[in-house]
Amino acid sequence: MALAFDEFGRPFIIIREQEQKARVRGIEAQKANIMAAKAVARILRTSLGPKGMDKMLQSPDGDVTISNDGATILEQMDVDNQIGKLMVELSRSQDYEIGDGTTGVVVTAGALLEQAELLLDRGIHPIRIAEGYEMASKIAVEHLSNIATKFEFSSTNIEPLVQTCMTTLSSKIVSRCKRKLAEIAVKAVLAVADLERRDVNLDLIKVEGKVGGKLEDTELIEGIIVDKDMSHPQMPKRIENAKIAILTCPFEPPKPKTKHKVDIDTVEKFESLREQERKYFDEMVQLCKDAGATLVICQWGFDDEANHLLMNRGLPAVRWVGGVELELIAIATALLVITGGRIVPRFQELTPDKLGNAGLVREKSFGTTKDRMLYIEQCSNSRAVTIFIRGGNKMIIEETKRSIHDALCVARNLIRNNAIVYGGGSAEISMSLVVDAAADKIPGVEQYAMRAFAEALDAVPMALAENSGLQPIDTLTAVKAQQVKEKNPHLGIDCNNVGTNDMKEQNVFETLIGKQQQILLATQVVKMILKIDDVITPSSY
Amino acid sequence: MAIGSENLFKEEATEEKGERARMASFIGAIAIADLVKTTLGPKGMDKILQSTGRGNSVTVTNDGATILKSLHIDNPAARVLVDISKVQDDEVGDGTTSVVVLAGELLREAEKLIAKNIHPMTIIDGYRMAAECARAALEKRARDNKADPVKFREDLLNIAMTTLSSKILAQDKLHFANLAVDAVLRLKGSGNLEAIQIIKKAGGSLKDSFLDEGFILDKKIGIGQPKRVENAKILVANTAMDTDKIKIYGARVRVDSMAKIGEIEAAEKSKMRQKVEKIIGHGINCFVNRQLIYNFPEELFADAGILAIEHADFDGIERLALVTGGEIASTFDNPESVRLGHCKLIEEIMIGEDKLIHFSGVDLGQACTIILRGASSHVLDEAERSLHDALCVLQQTVGDSRVVLGGGWPEVLMARHVDELARKTPGKKSLAIESYATALRAIPTIIADNSGLDSAELVAQLRAEHAKEDSTAGIDVILGAVGNVEKLGIFESFKVKQAVLLSATEAAEMILRVDDIIKCAPRQREDRM
Repeated sequence: MALAFDEFGRPFIIIREQEQKARVRGIEAQKANIMAAKAVARILRTSLGPKGMDKMLQSPDGDVTISNDGATILEQMDVDNQIGKLMVELSRSQDYEIGDGTTGVVVTAGALLEQAELLLDRGIHPIRIAEGYEMASKIAVEHLSNIATKFEFSSTNIEPLVQTCMTTLSSKIVSRCKRKLAEIAVKAVLAVADLERRDVNLDLIKVEGKVGGKLEDTELIEGIIVDKDMSHPQMPKRIENAKIAILTCPFEPPKPKTKHKVDIDTVEKFESLREQERKYFDEMVQLCKDAGATLVICQWGFDDEANHLLMNRGLPAVRWVGGVELELIAIATALLVITGGRIVPRFQELTPDKLGNAGLVREKSFGTTKDRMLYIEQCSNSRAVTIFIRGGNKMIIEETKRSIHDALCVARNLIRNNAIVYGGGSAEISMSLVVDAAADKIPGVEQYAMRAFAEALDAVPMALAENSGLQPIDTLTAVKAQQVKEKNPHLGIDCNNVGTNDMKEQNVFETLIGKQQQILLATQVVKMILKIDDVITPSSY
Repeated sequence: MAIGSENLFKEEATEEKGERARMASFIGAIAIADLVKTTLGPKGMDKILQSTGRGNSVTVTNDGATILKSLHIDNPAARVLVDISKVQDDEVGDGTTSVVVLAGELLREAEKLIAKNIHPMTIIDGYRMAAECARAALEKRARDNKADPVKFREDLLNIAMTTLSSKILAQDKLHFANLAVDAVLRLKGSGNLEAIQIIKKAGGSLKDSFLDEGFILDKKIGIGQPKRVENAKILVANTAMDTDKIKIYGARVRVDSMAKIGEIEAAEKSKMRQKVEKIIGHGINCFVNRQLIYNFPEELFADAGILAIEHADFDGIERLALVTGGEIASTFDNPESVRLGHCKLIEEIMIGEDKLIHFSGVDLGQACTIILRGASSHVLDEAERSLHDALCVLQQTVGDSRVVLGGGWPEVLMARHVDELARKTPGKKSLAIESYATALRAIPTIIADNSGLDSAELVAQLRAEHAKEDSTAGIDVILGAVGNVEKLGIFESFKVKQAVLLSATEAAEMILRVDDIIKCAPRQREDRM
């Protein structure tokens, strides 16, 4: 128990109940942390690459997820260990920032830590290792931009983009129709991309899934799909040239925020209240009608009476549409000028130029159950699109959603920055060679750390080779020798047994920023873990 | 030491890796497939399911989806299979057993391949190629009789009979197949199964079940109101017929004397009277409301000689609106613009002991009601499920009118083409393709086994038959021999078969790809005693 004495000489306790807390310090702590991080990396290692395997995760409620996506696996894994949680964070930040390479980053970090462990055994101080790693990562990242190539595409020539997205998709379960999905993803991104500013707002792409059909039926819809149906079963199921009123106010009598009471004590008042109530509904519907709307989309519910009035006046309506969807509909149906597609919070403010335009709104039903969805298509502004996924079961749909998300992110990154490096482990091997060479020029202990860094970089191609059923060490050394001999940084692991290991010919690339981010993030986390020398955990009670 | 790799997960969470994980999922999936296997085919057996809920209610069924839905399963791979069966049910309605059995067989074959040290990814590649080949082969032999209505009806009838032959309705399959086909054809391709209502009434025998062209509502007519209305004009409504709630926020009634209460009450009454008058003002002689009708308005309706039916459930209302062509009304201020429903005759009829309201001569001929009679509620439930399957398949066939032969014919046909593909494919993949063919052939084997026939002999004969082009050989369960299934009239919907093939392959692929199972700690639930 850590004791100290205050100015009156009374003892007090700094860390309470020491005996009930688990505490590890010094080299022990570092070793334990590295162990935990390695364990996480080991789980993901087999998921890497086009022949990587999936993981099956059962949630606390018994739902099953099958995934190949590093971030998803870690997220659902319910990790309890603190360092394990750090690795989860690491993968998540790669997911937020880049959207792809979530498995690679964890594997790299795990390899770096593994190497660090060896150095620790030799008595090198953790801070020196961290510094060496830092220097090495700088060299590696710089080298990446040297070997990166610019990559040309335009809105007419999307082939290169499709190829890149296919690389991402090839490691997923959807690889069966990767060509189709890659095209969908690229078209979707290009539809919403602002090529001048080189920016893509992925929020404009809605990914919706519905169980049933087959993966090949997945389609890109230039418009929005809402998982809702018309509020009244007898409203028309198909509206052409729709004028859409987008409302965020319920079809109900107003509810003022101020607390109030309406007291009724005479029959006359009672009657007038009824009259007023009827008028409210009448007015609301009339206002929509007057503005020229032919379809009402509302965020809230309708009263039965309002519902019937809408039906009666021939005004189809959809209720309980979520806020995000409402915004998307507004964007999709807006004209490029200021008019059209506004979200209207009050009936009184509804004017004809605030209505959205859509060429076709239709309700489509699926399967044998009462499953209906609303398609809003041929919008005046096609800058919001929906990718509609079909698949044999819920798990396939979920996994496809995640894969499409990855592909979308890759396409977006390419539009932002069109530099690419070649995949298949070629970039890692090339970096490893450069870092190894640079290490010799550094005086001091850091040299060892840099060599270790180079070693660790080999872990990704090694895992790729292993997962593809190749001899890992043989393959890696062969490719490495070839890279040095031919001075060609595009040589990598031939995972698909195509017969060539030139990734340029195989059309396997990754984005430069994605790869750089991987190296930087992994190094950062490793540094952080190395610096920890004391772990205090509250006792499990 | 508390910190270390052993404690990476929360307590009670488990992880299984590599071979163990694969084995766990194979065992789980195959166990599920074996469970439902015996229900396959015309001589398949039923299962009794006893629920753990109150009353331990019992279900007797032959329907794969129903069986699997009621199971409590812990094995994640088994859950995948349950899931595909459910999707099959939602999507095409039938083939829920076949899809699970096929997926199970695919995994059983994959297990053997893995024992031979073939990488799962190679197996998946082979399966994918095989599935595509099988689908193409089946598509080529599918026939389409949409152009000829007489033949098309015959096709439908055959499909319905094939579907029903494995169910409890097998005895009267012709009767029920006719019922189902008539009902679906009435929909005129709209594919809206909601318009077909199934009413179950215990008593009588299954043969007494019939199709009614009108609409039957399981409700009683109010007291003192006419029991028979001809040329009915119907207003279908969804409105409160007790007291209207005040919808303006914050309003309340405050009175200071008894006299005032009386006045308000009178006002309320007059309000209701006005509402009723407005409704009567539509010129109707039948009023159907989704919500309750209180005594007072009911009396008013009775006075006006209007038939008032209260508390029809929501589906009933929608269906009634659909059938009679009226709209569901909630406001009554514009009588001229509200579309009323029409029908020739409303009367109270008796089925068994119960009185029902029968609407006949309805405007839109789409809807109809099937009344099922049977000895017990279990029989009725199972009959309903069987009929539902048949209706779904027919509906799908109306949409995609291609049909294929049944009775093991498609499987053996596909297996033959897949075998050919295997011979042409170089590399390890061909082993996987061959296994796919074996898995396909397992289906007729199981059908034969379930019928107590010599499956090995039969399937071998069948295989030989299919070596010839354009063979129509399948298993004739009745004779216990290879027969011409085309002559026997065993047909299946192409769409259902295709869905079975693709979903089963997809599921098998998904399970094969897994090499690590992580189970989170189950959420703690408080025991409520």
